[in-house]
Amino acid sequence: MTNTSPAPKADTSRLEAESRNATKAQLYEFWYYFSQNKGAVLGLTVFLLLVLMAVFAPLVAPHDPDIQYRDSFLVPPVWEEGGKAAFLLGTDAVGRDILSRLIFGARFSLFIGVVVVSIALVGGIVLGLIAGYLRGAVDTFIMRIMDIILAFPSLLLALVLVAILGPGLINAMIAIALVLQPHFVRLTRAAVMAERSRDYVIAAKVAGSGHLRLMFKTILPNCLAPLIVQATLAFSNAILDAAALGFLGMGAQPPTPEWGTMLAEAREFILRAWWVVTFPGLAILITVLAINLVGDGLRDALDPKLKRS
Amino acid sequence: MLRFLLGRLGLLIPTFFGVTLVAFSFIRLLPGDPLDLLAGERGISPERKAQLLAQMGFDKPLWQQYIDYVVGIFHGDLGTSFASKKPVLDEFMTLFPATAELALCAIIIAVCLGIPAGIFAAVKRGSIADQAVMGTALVGYSMPIFWWGLLLIILFSGILQWTPVSGRISLLYFFPQPTGFMLIDSLLSGEKGAFVSAVRHLILPSIVLATIPLAVIARQTRSAMLEVLGEDYVRTARAKGLPPRSVIGLHALRNALIPVITTIGLQVGVLLAGAILTETIFSWPGIGKWLVDSIARRDYFVVQGGLLMIAAIIMLVNLIVDVLYGLINPRIRYN
Repeated sequence: MTNTSPAPKADTSRLEAESRNATKAQLYEFWYYFSQNKGAVLGLTVFLLLVLMAVFAPLVAPHDPDIQYRDSFLVPPVWEEGGKAAFLLGTDAVGRDILSRLIFGARFSLFIGVVVVSIALVGGIVLGLIAGYLRGAVDTFIMRIMDIILAFPSLLLALVLVAILGPGLINAMIAIALVLQPHFVRLTRAAVMAERSRDYVIAAKVAGSGHLRLMFKTILPNCLAPLIVQATLAFSNAILDAAALGFLGMGAQPPTPEWGTMLAEAREFILRAWWVVTFPGLAILITVLAINLVGDGLRDALDPKLKRS
Repeated sequence: MLRFLLGRLGLLIPTFFGVTLVAFSFIRLLPGDPLDLLAGERGISPERKAQLLAQMGFDKPLWQQYIDYVVGIFHGDLGTSFASKKPVLDEFMTLFPATAELALCAIIIAVCLGIPAGIFAAVKRGSIADQAVMGTALVGYSMPIFWWGLLLIILFSGILQWTPVSGRISLLYFFPQPTGFMLIDSLLSGEKGAFVSAVRHLILPSIVLATIPLAVIARQTRSAMLEVLGEDYVRTARAKGLPPRSVIGLHALRNALIPVITTIGLQVGVLLAGAILTETIFSWPGIGKWLVDSIARRDYFVVQGGLLMIAAIIMLVNLIVDVLYGLINPRIRYN
């Protein structure tokens, strides 16, 4: 009887160590499956390079993105006839260096992705957890609202929301986040409904866990895999939609070096200066492609069905 | 089946009323009121403003305005365009065939190329051909289509001069348009060269609009085929000595197509969103360009009406897809 009291302590520390090891093992396993997909590793590498480029933009960019060189309007890229070494990818119609604008533009695109996904993910998780956990009238109400949002094409709804809120980057981000949110709500709700009748949830309930603890600490961690995959998809969608809004004049406003806005400004020179149109679009494509490659890799690594096959 | 259909309809009705509420709220949520926006800097006298507000029913309580709005919808009244002074529904009906023609051509391209590409990739799983097809599909899926459209214009309209930059048909042709579908009307007109001109105008916008659905359908077909190809009945068919063509074409494809049909149905929303960008780039006189122009010139009754009609079309197509899905897959019906 005397040596019973230290036992739980030892047990707790052993359990903690075991859970740490389990997490480590899970991470190793995840990386093993992820790295099997060469495209995903390539995507991740490109994405990390883009992040570095965005963070160190003032150091990497050869020029200030807003400075207009009055003697260098529509200079072609360096390898074309008439190109200048100072402007590797040429200049736009008002003499700004395209490469520098693209480098600074990466900041906007990644910022848009992060903010939109954060808003959509947090909102989606909370609403999805509530709907899937509480069910009943609350569930019906939340899901009908999501159905209504999904009944509109996302870009159209985003356009209309921006018309209400006013054009600009922040409003565009809010609009896109709202439009992307239902996907997260649906996924979370479906995962919560699958998990809530499992033994471990019932055990936690019997042990006296409150609703909030059950929702956020017991159930949520086990629903994260599909949400992570959806988040990468939403990240690339956010970049595409924000660029589309910028292109339509409803997103970031000139002279912001946002890639979609740059394309909109370049449209009138399309038939005489191919480079002002080509490079911003290529930057969007490369970024979105890299993120989608990562998304595919994440899906493969996190989907237990694929692992078994 | 009837119960299944009624159940689906039952879900649709509250969503439709929700959509009307969104469209109704849109104008009321705008900063300022539509009349001030319309009057611009010239301003408007308070008496005239009150008169116009009363004329549009804006002086009534909100709930009554909403009821009037919904009743109006069921009578085909979506308001009047500020710019053209024509009923919004009439404008929609005039422009819709242009978008429908474009979207139909795009989905035909997407299905005719996407399904064979997906089957091919699944059958050649792991090969270089599979990786090439899926790599291309991923590029298509990641494509900013407004940029893709501009690139095609640079190449085919600028450098090669094969296709025109904008519009639905050359200005040289003028004929009645009973169907609104330029391909059909140009054929019916009997004017020499009209059909070719219509095709040349349609081809680039269709390719641009088809890009994302094509990629999605190819990816979905591949994964559905891979799942089916591993099933016992496919193995049995192979073991019986059936030629690979009939194993893939008859046994596997039929079952693999079930989820693909849903995916094709879901592309309607993608197509209508894509039409906004595609029509803007190619100056295609359809619903997408009409809405973007209306937002730009603050013709808000048009935006409100367009929003409602597009949502209604998407809901209708989703319902048809649901019912089709229930027809071909009884498990869905009974769940």
